[in-house]
Amino acid sequence: MHAETGQLEKKVALVLDKYQHDKGMLVSILQDIQEEFNYLPRESLEQVSKTLDIPFSQLYSVTTFFKALRLTPRGRHLINVCMGTACHVRGAVKVLESTERELGIKSGETTDGLEFTLETVNCVGACALGPVVIIDGEYHGQMKTEKVKDMIKEYS
Amino acid sequence: MDRLSSPAGLEKVRESIVSKRDTDKPCITICSGTGCHAFGCEKVSEAFQKEIKRLGLEDRVDVKTTGCHGFCERGPLVVIRPKDIFYQRVSAGDVSEIISETVLKDNIIDRLLYTDPNTGEKVVHEHEVPFYARQKRSVFGNNGYIDPTIIEDYLAVGGYSALGKVLSGIKPEAVIEEVKKSGLRGRGGGGFPTGVKWESCRNAPSSDGVRYIICNADEGDPGAYMDRSLLEGNPHSILEGMLIGAYAIGSHEGYVYVRYEYPLAVKNIQLAIKQAEEYGLLGKNILGSGFDFSVRINRGGGAFICGESSALMASLEGKVGEPRAKYVHTVEKGLWDKPTTLNNVETWANVPLIINQGADWYTKTGTANSKGTKIFSLVGKVNNTGLVEVPMGITLKEIIYDIGGGIPEGKKFKAVQTGGPSGGVIPDSLINLPVDFDELTEAGSMMGSGGMIVMDEDNCMVDIAKYFIGFLEGESCGKCVPCREGLKRMREILDDISEGRGKEGDIELLERLSTVLKDGALCALGATAPNPVLSTIRFFRDEYEAHIKEKRCPAGVCKELITYQIIEEKCPGCGLCVKACPAEAITSGGKKKPVILDQEKCIKCGACYDVCKLGAVKVS
Repeated sequence: MHAETGQLEKKVALVLDKYQHDKGMLVSILQDIQEEFNYLPRESLEQVSKTLDIPFSQLYSVTTFFKALRLTPRGRHLINVCMGTACHVRGAVKVLESTERELGIKSGETTDGLEFTLETVNCVGACALGPVVIIDGEYHGQMKTEKVKDMIKEYS
Repeated sequence: MDRLSSPAGLEKVRESIVSKRDTDKPCITICSGTGCHAFGCEKVSEAFQKEIKRLGLEDRVDVKTTGCHGFCERGPLVVIRPKDIFYQRVSAGDVSEIISETVLKDNIIDRLLYTDPNTGEKVVHEHEVPFYARQKRSVFGNNGYIDPTIIEDYLAVGGYSALGKVLSGIKPEAVIEEVKKSGLRGRGGGGFPTGVKWESCRNAPSSDGVRYIICNADEGDPGAYMDRSLLEGNPHSILEGMLIGAYAIGSHEGYVYVRYEYPLAVKNIQLAIKQAEEYGLLGKNILGSGFDFSVRINRGGGAFICGESSALMASLEGKVGEPRAKYVHTVEKGLWDKPTTLNNVETWANVPLIINQGADWYTKTGTANSKGTKIFSLVGKVNNTGLVEVPMGITLKEIIYDIGGGIPEGKKFKAVQTGGPSGGVIPDSLINLPVDFDELTEAGSMMGSGGMIVMDEDNCMVDIAKYFIGFLEGESCGKCVPCREGLKRMREILDDISEGRGKEGDIELLERLSTVLKDGALCALGATAPNPVLSTIRFFRDEYEAHIKEKRCPAGVCKELITYQIIEEKCPGCGLCVKACPAEAITSGGKKKPVILDQEKCIKCGACYDVCKLGAVKVS
């Protein structure tokens, strides 16, 4: 356990150094830490708070304000269903519902065994292809409810 | 590369780059925008590289991966220059034929050409494709010619010459004067005159002389992606605009605030900054002029409100992205309380054009109070979806029908939504409206950042209003009461209407709440939030009334008010819907007999409707 804590501390310190302990880069710092650990462990936030001299409460408010930041780990595969307007008018809600049914979870949840996390996103800027689903950074355009099952199969 | 030490040195380097390039040499350009990526353009460009190498044609043929060309609907796109031959929906399997036939023998491959759906004719050249023919691509056009990761490509098309011009002895005040004269207005949505903003910022007192420049690339409007495509496809044009702005207002430090959802944009702008520094176009003593300017990138955290200037600045300071009341403007006290100029990506990209070609040239395009062009993301229920750049003043009809090719599947046009969540819908009756800042506002919508979402008869206007209010409710920062509580209440009322619990007086209540938000909200997010509701009520009141009085959704969208039914005469019992139904509500009716739908079990997911190609499922 002790060794693990040391590891975490080192990794967080590296990220802080990369941004020269600049308070203005807080959101980027937190994003990089999250990339490292897949979420923001409490200990990492405590370290950021101490090093940058930012109250822990302010860090908590920043992490819960921005959608990009999360305090719990997510699954191995991240499914993002785009809910932008262009996707909405072409049936994004139906695609989301059918993905929820297929995985047996609601948006914002993770399947048992940390396999899939399902999230919605406001817009990914691939509007011409709507409805769009992004899995692990790969774009699936012109989605239809009947294609959802096969799409998920590719990743499980 | 040694850092350049004078504008003349820059011109020399440019000449040397251009002289080494043979303009007659065939160049295969492959669009690598997000749209084409999703269609698999990476495999296409790999195949081109491989095949060229295999045939030993490296010296005779160039291959270039570029930013977004705009016609995302038909990706992956390949254009063979200088002959301008336009191929669409290209796959890796087409590559060897394209090289052996088109590149080497000038033969056109018919099946890869674009067919104009209105005339049925095939189109060979890019500039003849109706989607492009009606556009005026002065800001966006270079995307198709340059590889965004190669600074020499940008230099070859005249890049950084506006910066060179400015640093050759034009006074900052004269730069501001030129931008003021051009009539350039903020492309992020507000439409504030850019030159006036710069002037106020330059004149605002700063005790230590520090002033900041910010490029707002937190493109939050759902349904708009022009900033993304500019950043990905032509990042140097944005840097050049920022450099000129920085020189004009006397700033030495700038930020690009970009959405984390745009990883390729972040990567390309990062690389562009590094290259510009190596060339001496950024950093200390730029082009030997004594002017210093550096740029840092800050990734947003996925909050719509951070597109608002004071919220964005709070976020840059490492705080929660909450806006503040702006009785003191950010040009006077912005980031870290210093005078700050914030402009949108597209605004910055317009600046080099104005400096290079002059305000008199710039003002030739556009209307009385809206000059130049505007990039729109033309999406939704329209045949040719993609990014279009058009002169201000063009009509909605020209955009949707001449460029967009009309509505798919012969459906009826219903409305177009502009301005994102702060905008409104514009109905069929106003289709001849000229598009500029003032006309759109007059019609109850707004320019916004340029989202243009086309809707047909299958879209429900109550649902659209509910969608935007739900979006804004989630994105409201919660700082002021009218926005935090008002949006929640409005969403509840819209939920009631769309779920069959609407009652007399609901429309009037929505209108009253709208007034409270307009007058009382702290920032523009709240103050413009009622627009989607007010404009749908204004133009589609009958649709609201059908939901409230008849408990009916005329467009067949609102789940609680519709049922799915099988039209027996049309159903051959193929069983596709039986397989698709997740609720086991549809069962076979026997061989070659219509299927049977159990209304008790039906969850109204619409899977049967989507899967049936014979129109045997109806919604009512």
